[in-house]
Amino acid sequence: MVTTHTYDALVVGGGGAGMRAAIELSERVRTAVISKLYPTRSHTGAAQGGVCAALGNVEEDYPEWHAFDTVKGGDYLVDQPAAQLMTEEAVQAIYQLERWGLPFNRTPEGKIDQRRFGGHTANHGERAVKRACYAADRTGHMILQTLYQQCVKRDVRFFNEFYCLDLLRDGDGRTAGIVAYELSNGELHVFRAKSVVFATGGYGRMFRVTSNAHALTGDGPAVVWRRGIPLEDMEMFQFHPTGLAKLGVLLSEAARGEGGIVLNKDGERFMERYAPTIKDLAPRDLVSRAIYQEIKEGRGAGPKGDWAYLDISHLDPKVIEEKLPDITEFARIYLKVEPTKEPVPIQPTAHYAMGGIPTDTDGRVVVGPDETPVPGLYAAGECACVSVHGANRLGTNSLLDLVVFGRRAGDDAARFAREADLADAPEAPATATIDLLDAFLTRETGDNAADIRKELQDNMFDLAFVVRSEESLAKMQEILHGLRERYDRVAITDKGSVYNTELMETVELGFLLDCAESLVVSARARTESRGGHYREDHPLRDDANWLKHTLATRQPGGSITLEFKPVKMGPYVPMERKY
Amino acid sequence: MATPAEVLQASDQQQVGAGAKGHGVRLTVRIRRFNPEVSQDSWWDEFEVEADPLERLVEVLHQIKWHLDGTLTFRRSCAHGICGSDAMLINGRNALACKVLVADVGSRVTIEPIRGLAVLKDLIVDMEPFFDGYRSVLPYLINDSGEPEAERLQSSEERARFDDTTKCILCAACTTSCPIFWGDAGYVGPAAIVNAHRFIFDSRDEGARERLKILSEKTGVFRCRTTFNCTDACPRGIEVTKAIQEVKRSILFDRF
Repeated sequence: MVTTHTYDALVVGGGGAGMRAAIELSERVRTAVISKLYPTRSHTGAAQGGVCAALGNVEEDYPEWHAFDTVKGGDYLVDQPAAQLMTEEAVQAIYQLERWGLPFNRTPEGKIDQRRFGGHTANHGERAVKRACYAADRTGHMILQTLYQQCVKRDVRFFNEFYCLDLLRDGDGRTAGIVAYELSNGELHVFRAKSVVFATGGYGRMFRVTSNAHALTGDGPAVVWRRGIPLEDMEMFQFHPTGLAKLGVLLSEAARGEGGIVLNKDGERFMERYAPTIKDLAPRDLVSRAIYQEIKEGRGAGPKGDWAYLDISHLDPKVIEEKLPDITEFARIYLKVEPTKEPVPIQPTAHYAMGGIPTDTDGRVVVGPDETPVPGLYAAGECACVSVHGANRLGTNSLLDLVVFGRRAGDDAARFAREADLADAPEAPATATIDLLDAFLTRETGDNAADIRKELQDNMFDLAFVVRSEESLAKMQEILHGLRERYDRVAITDKGSVYNTELMETVELGFLLDCAESLVVSARARTESRGGHYREDHPLRDDANWLKHTLATRQPGGSITLEFKPVKMGPYVPMERKY
Repeated sequence: MATPAEVLQASDQQQVGAGAKGHGVRLTVRIRRFNPEVSQDSWWDEFEVEADPLERLVEVLHQIKWHLDGTLTFRRSCAHGICGSDAMLINGRNALACKVLVADVGSRVTIEPIRGLAVLKDLIVDMEPFFDGYRSVLPYLINDSGEPEAERLQSSEERARFDDTTKCILCAACTTSCPIFWGDAGYVGPAAIVNAHRFIFDSRDEGARERLKILSEKTGVFRCRTTFNCTDACPRGIEVTKAIQEVKRSILFDRF
């Protein structure tokens, strides 16, 4: 049975970007949020260290300095007008969160307190600057809670534990709605709407070591990709240097912002060699690569020599207790290590997708090198690529991205929903989804999805992680081909309708395979090193040939074609990236 | 074909790296099962697994689901104690399955759904009544005094006053450990009171009178009999019972 609903606007995803968009939308048009999790379970809540804005509460600072850092941090693949807009709107966005009740830490005068963070500097790289507004080391938790509270206040309509499995478009390519699967009873729902905002988060679960939640399987990017929308800069993935060893659980950069340092097995503070000016507060791509270099040269820690250490034991215990309580607890619980007394074993962890669904600064999804908008289709947050993060996102800019562009996407989606007519849904709109699910539900024997997922994660970690090459990526592409064939033979044991999480995990694996394929094809094409994308066979940045965004598109037969579009430049001329 | 235990051991070793190799322990996992499409009665299943002592219980459940019984159903997402999805009754106590390690439970662990909410399948319960209680206490900042151009000022001391209750992740471990809640679904429960506390004691908020009125009713704070189960259960270390007592005291002694 398929139930049909009609709204003016839909938001797919109940995390920070989705709820920020929903707040904007629900005041103006009939809105529903489709979320596979209860919204407060979203991974925005795992963000720790802070959200940057040039408030200047603690020391001199300007949005323009923030914009420069964002562009340089992104290794000049950032669209500069978007970064300028984000850093200018940042100030009001933070005040808005505070007025909604977000419990920021405070200065002695009672203003929002600010602290240092990687890659954020005063006056174009002179020294580290205190720009990150924070609430202990649970800033993301506070943002997620605050946005949910505001949604409760506005009585926003949520469809919780509904999985979006397809995008509906009419014959002219206009957005017509989505198809969703209700987890509690296995029923399908067609949601028709004039505008749809995708805000489904990232896809770090394609890697074995990741800070990402199990739920982060790239659903939004994969769903639109299957309907012919390109994905931008998929090769640009951030590997955060300080994941808890073995587990990948994030230890916030705030640890280094408060004075923590990274050490090799000899106890050497090796970042002094790689980034003499700001040392441990260098951007994440540089620190992760430095750790890899240390490992390669035999100075890695741990039983296999593939770890480093994060040391905060020299910090004032009061600072640790008040400003870094959660990450301290992670080390205690999961590694049985006491961070106030000993260094914590760490390794780079797959953390954040800079690439995703291409949008303009109003959140409108735009396709092709000429950026043609898809009527009624929007994206915001990690699943989108504006692009404000370029080849490497600066710490704290993800939370800023989701409040700034969540708002902007919601605002324009509301405008569109008021002006446009409802597009016709295709005939029998749920057919493709029914076929997708029936394949798994009717097959009695076949491959195990968990084995395929594990091989995906292990190989992506070995072949497409911090260090890549033509050889490793070609091998990964071959492996993905085999995994895809096996995926098409997967059988599951749960054939029921009630909370069939095995079925949904299997669908999510398909989404991950899509995202991995587009990532690997894009990474293979980009024969240079830039930001999070490091090719040991092409170790230098190549502005003459590669100062451009990648657009990967899935063709109807399944092959992938690549196009490129220029980076939108601005006042900042690309220069060598030294810190 | 490999036995399930071998499969588990192999995957564990690959997951946790060399440091833990050869230190797998045998673990019997006893799980209360329920599936309305199979039976109206619950039943028990036992799984024998081999796991690293530092493995999280939620990952042990994954290994069972992925290699032994695909129908085993539970909620989870972040797997490190932040999202609040995987509250379960573990060896008789409420906890998050991602914050309990194999080493913490010995050689045998019993896992059941949290109590007081209808079981829908295996370890999944109906969260709607829980969120109804949360929504009933007006869990958002109320301030009609106009908005400043920049931020509202608040001293560090004023912020510290409600810091503890801002940590809540709405996992329901506290509420479903409360014997009063088990017996009376009308009681809003500890988590709702924690979230009311978070605003009642926030110097920027002006809605305390309204919230205290709601919590002074028969579904409110005075149902609490201070058994401290909630405080023991909270995976975020919130002093839940203390927060409830502070709300009670406000109703009795403060003039709003």
